[in-house]
Amino acid sequence: MNEWNPFRSLAAGTNPANDTPAYRSTAFRHPTAPLVKIPQTVTEISGPRFSPAHFPPMSDLSTVNGRAALGERIIVAGTVTDEDGRPVPNTMIEIWQANAAGRYDHERDQHDAPLDPNFHGEGRVFTDADGHYRFISVKPGSYPWRNHPNAWRPNHIHFSLFGPGFATRLITQMYFPGDPLLALDPIYLAVPAGARERLISRFDLALTAPEWALGYRFDFVLRGRSATPMEAG
Amino acid sequence: MAGVTPSQTIGPYWHLIGHDEWADLTRFGAGGERITLSGRIVDGEGLPVSDAAVEIWQADPPADDRFPGYGRAATDAEGRFRFTTIKPGPVPGRGNSLQAPHLALTLMARGLLVGLVTRVYFAGEALNDTDPVLAAIEPAPRRATLIAAPDGPGAWRLDIRLQGPDETVFLEV
Repeated sequence: MNEWNPFRSLAAGTNPANDTPAYRSTAFRHPTAPLVKIPQTVTEISGPRFSPAHFPPMSDLSTVNGRAALGERIIVAGTVTDEDGRPVPNTMIEIWQANAAGRYDHERDQHDAPLDPNFHGEGRVFTDADGHYRFISVKPGSYPWRNHPNAWRPNHIHFSLFGPGFATRLITQMYFPGDPLLALDPIYLAVPAGARERLISRFDLALTAPEWALGYRFDFVLRGRSATPMEAG
Repeated sequence: MAGVTPSQTIGPYWHLIGHDEWADLTRFGAGGERITLSGRIVDGEGLPVSDAAVEIWQADPPADDRFPGYGRAATDAEGRFRFTTIKPGPVPGRGNSLQAPHLALTLMARGLLVGLVTRVYFAGEALNDTDPVLAAIEPAPRRATLIAAPDGPGAWRLDIRLQGPDETVFLEV
């Protein structure tokens, strides 16, 4: 097993389909022709490396200039591993989210909920040598969107991961346990049952900071490598 | 064996992690033949996709401290994106094959629950005729959707259509 082994194909039932009518924005954005399967080459097996020198970590989303954002302070932590449980070390994780009132600090978000001068909503962390990551934030609020009448997004945090190769790129969203909006959300429900539950974080008392913040654990699993190296020679 | 974390849409507010300078892969001082790659993304109704994140990754020249090999750009109100990078050379393929110069391109946006992957080749490269990925695309006329056209000195252009008669070929990698 080495860095030139290609990544295994995704198991059926892992990802949502881009043609998901219940999520209205997919209607004119999903391709109609089937994807063309190509063998992985150096282009797909290698991937970008981000150094904290060029891409400085931002692991505390809960303050701006030392002033605390409003909302329920949370610690989010977990691991990044591959399907075989191998840690993915030193990989960059990008984070973005709405504030505690359910409003993004973004010009296109016109939801009638207050902005918080002490919350921006961008984070960036790197896994350590054992694949662990951790950051501090506030619990994002729910917000309405116009997908269907009275549509509300469940509380969620957006994540962007790179992993070891171009083929392991992942954009996803983390949800919170017990959220009644999950059962009504076409974006969450687009993921096949049996896989969508992986997107729900776990409340973890051991991760809380007493008198200070609640703790949620969320582990990412990226594609594993196949047992045989890329055919050579 | 643990199940892979499923994909979700990048949504309309990903610009919170957007940094315009990431679209310039030469910003750390890379040497080589500098080019721009621009294009416009439209949906199945021909409307601009104005909230997409477009990413490129190239295996050549090899990434190092001065060349990240990776860039990200936001599309504007007209659906346009633009990168500055170093023109790639040929890249080894499987076996003894040689791939034509190319960039990998990923497209993420509201309404895409899984990012779309394609490649950008360069018109006029002799290796395009024998490139194994281009050769895998049938019918052959669809290969043209992956080939950027010259657009002035050092400038290349490739438009992307998410859906419809001239739909771009997207890849499963």
